[in-house]
Amino acid sequence: MLLITCPWCGVREEHEFACGGEAHIVRPLDSHTLDDAEWADYVFMRRNPKGVQYERWVHNDGCRRWFNMARHTVSHEILAIYKVGEPKPEFEG
Amino acid sequence: MLDAHLRLSSLAHLGLAARSIEEAGDAGIALGEVPRRVALTLRGDGEDAAFLDAVGRALGTAPPLTANTVASLEDVVILWLGPDEWLVNAPAAREDALQALRSALGDLHHAVADVTESRTVLRLSGASARDLLAQGCSLDFHPSVFQPGMCAGSHLALTHVTIHQIAEDPVYEIHVHRSFADYLWRWLEAASEPYGLAVVTG
Ligand SMILES: [Zn+2]
Repeated sequence: MLLITCPWCGVREEHEFACGGEAHIVRPLDSHTLDDAEWADYVFMRRNPKGVQYERWVHNDGCRRWFNMARHTVSHEILAIYKVGEPKPEFEG
Repeated sequence: MLDAHLRLSSLAHLGLAARSIEEAGDAGIALGEVPRRVALTLRGDGEDAAFLDAVGRALGTAPPLTANTVASLEDVVILWLGPDEWLVNAPAAREDALQALRSALGDLHHAVADVTESRTVLRLSGASARDLLAQGCSLDFHPSVFQPGMCAGSHLALTHVTIHQIAEDPVYEIHVHRSFADYLWRWLEAASEPYGLAVVTG
């Protein structure tokens, strides 16, 4: 069980949240020019790193807001939590 | 808005009024259902002074901007649900609150929805109320952390609830969606057994 600090509500248990997968995936603006491989890359392909992963979370049972998290996929250590629109913090690994 | 004859509490089948007693006596838990209230969800920009002002004019109090707090004027209560979302509770007689908000907000960027029939409110008090909540909710209800005038969305027995402390004693109001209300009531009743339960409703 992780303890997650919601940017609005403070520290809550993981159970109140849901993970929305990798963050910072930008929808292509020129979507009408995309071929199947490029669409597949946007829709399906994810980094799945062993190390620091940037992911989206939503505080489902609290304020229902989305935010971003940098989390180490091996240790589960939460390195940073930041609001959508705030710059992505850089971490090694 | 529903016709009056269709308005039935989601706990009506439990016959709580018939079980209700006047005083909790030495029971550790007092639990009841709060009589029907008008409930509205309000969305808007908490950083827009015009929005805050309009809500204040309509309801007598502006929405709270501090997370997990409540603003109230007499029996109109505004619970913080998120940075741009609030839950307004008012007595059943205040059905004008919806129209008052819509008129005051006019063309400002906002959304107001009547959600009166979507939930019910349970009132929990008694010397063992905190112990009971601790069985099903991970929030810290110690008086140094959670006090009257605070509210929080969380899980209680795996059910989404908004819990609002209304008095020091402590007294809590638990807002629960109507389709979960029967389950939550039965869970609370079973979990109250070690402390003794008095049904105090109305
Ligand atoms: Zn939150």
